Amino acid sequence: MTFDFSPAERDAAIGTSFVAILIGVVMMVSSQSAAFTTHGAMFFAFGVLAFFGFAKDYNKPQAQPYSRDVYYDTPIKLGILLSIAWAIFGFFIGDWVAWLLAYPDLTFDAAWSSFGRIRPAHTTAVIFGFGGNALMATSFHVVQRTCRTSLPGRYGPIFILLGYNLFCLLAVTGYFLGVTQSKEYAEPEWYADILLTVVWVGYFFVFLNTLARREEKHIYVANWYYIAFIVVVALLHIVNNLAVPVSFGDTKSYSAFSGVQDAMTQWWYGHNAVAFFLTAGFLGMMYYYLPKAAGRPIFSYRMSIISFWGITFMYMWAGSHHLHYTALPHWVQTLGMTFSIVLLVPSWASAGNALLTLNGAWDKVRDNATLRFMMVAAVFYGLSTFEGSFLAIRPVNSLSHYTDWTIGHVHSGALGWVAFITFGAIYSVVPQLWKRERMYSPALVEVHFWLALAGTVIYVFAMWNSGIIQGLMWRTYSENGTLTYSFIESLEAMHPYYIARAVGGLLFLMGGLVCAYNVWKTISSSKIVGRVSTSPDGVLEGAA
Amino acid sequence: MTHDFFVMLSKSWGLFYLIFLFGIAVAYALWPANKEKFDRAAKSIFHDQDEK
Repeated sequence: MTFDFSPAERDAAIGTSFVAILIGVVMMVSSQSAAFTTHGAMFFAFGVLAFFGFAKDYNKPQAQPYSRDVYYDTPIKLGILLSIAWAIFGFFIGDWVAWLLAYPDLTFDAAWSSFGRIRPAHTTAVIFGFGGNALMATSFHVVQRTCRTSLPGRYGPIFILLGYNLFCLLAVTGYFLGVTQSKEYAEPEWYADILLTVVWVGYFFVFLNTLARREEKHIYVANWYYIAFIVVVALLHIVNNLAVPVSFGDTKSYSAFSGVQDAMTQWWYGHNAVAFFLTAGFLGMMYYYLPKAAGRPIFSYRMSIISFWGITFMYMWAGSHHLHYTALPHWVQTLGMTFSIVLLVPSWASAGNALLTLNGAWDKVRDNATLRFMMVAAVFYGLSTFEGSFLAIRPVNSLSHYTDWTIGHVHSGALGWVAFITFGAIYSVVPQLWKRERMYSPALVEVHFWLALAGTVIYVFAMWNSGIIQGLMWRTYSENGTLTYSFIESLEAMHPYYIARAVGGLLFLMGGLVCAYNVWKTISSSKIVGRVSTSPDGVLEGAA
Repeated sequence: MTHDFFVMLSKSWGLFYLIFLFGIAVAYALWPANKEKFDRAAKSIFHDQDEK
């Protein structure tokens, strides 16, 4: 993989490597805690590695000078590979957490491997590592193809990807070291947050700059979703992470908000992270790769526009449903509940739009596991958004809150929707990017599909069962008005479901390994086609 | 800038501004003159090959 930078970009790349080294040195010198020193050392090492990586080709002539007519695919390839690597790591940690809940001894008596530390390592690795890298990679792919223009420069997107992955590494290693600001999905501390802000603003400019150079008058709807993802995540990240560090040499910081305001800000962030990180961006993926693989234009372009604005404006208000029956004012809870219910309309409009697109292409869904991944994703998107609206209703939430039902709901979305659409996109894009006729083994794509589907269904059913049993056991009263079951009794009742969940997770992890192997063999095989061939109806033949 | 003021604002004008935005989005999506543009956009993804 060569970056093929222009001379000015080579200098910029070397320059930013030095900046990373300098930040690392400053952090290590001013450090007042071991964790901060470790993170300083990581900045330093990352800068040194980047320096050698960039310096290697410093004097090489540029193979292909920059032109708007030549797509720049290196960041897409890099992002896809990083995404798969994070997926394997994140699924592995996730399944470990699952077994740990069934067998508490699996921490092996170490602090770093306790539930409170490996659980955020799992969520960060899968959401930001696997999901984030896939979103960045596919956004660079979709925006170039639909705008028929190249990315505005070559170093920008590479800087964004590397900086973003440094952020993910700081986050995950931080949890193992005990560094966290205890905000769900926003656990990394202030210095990692600043890095992400810089990276994200860069991402925003690269994406907008590409759109500005487009040679297609209309901006295809997938890009709208990617823009919403980039803009809103920037907004959420900055506001929710406003904090004052105790010192510039320490990991610890204190939030600018306190009490119920802090809780509301956090769940405004948290739910919109679901909406704009885990939904809008992946809808962008769906609106491009699904019609493309089906060989049919999206069923209703108009409906895609209406659901876009519905999702964009209504999700903003839904976060307070995470704080039912808390100190949050009652009317704010009701507001969140109402918007969550109304959200079902644009959500089902999107899911329906995807499934109706497949009308006339069901034979392809049957024969082609790549397209089937995307079809199942649309089904799970419909299912989990229905469940989400339902769980947001206050009396329903009184049964489900704090139970495994929530975990089941999240995974129906994260596995069934987010991971399935991502794998569909990966299998579409890998043969195209590496100029292979098709994936190394379509049979292994099929194996991955069934492992992933079985894993997801087992996981979700296990959590539905355990969650509802938990909720019922916690609210069952005896004739005397006392609780019938102790907490430990409800915990014992969960044990078989926790084992089932861990088995489901294991199947999903195995599917991920099959995918990684297939991608590796596709890339390393020598069968290169000069041009990705398309059949008359526009289906990538390599996508089988 | 009291709490009551914000409650009033979000309960009244908040509603109107969302309905207004919804109206604009629906009008844009359903405007007959835009149909051709949208049809072209929906099919545009089938013409974007690796070489331009």
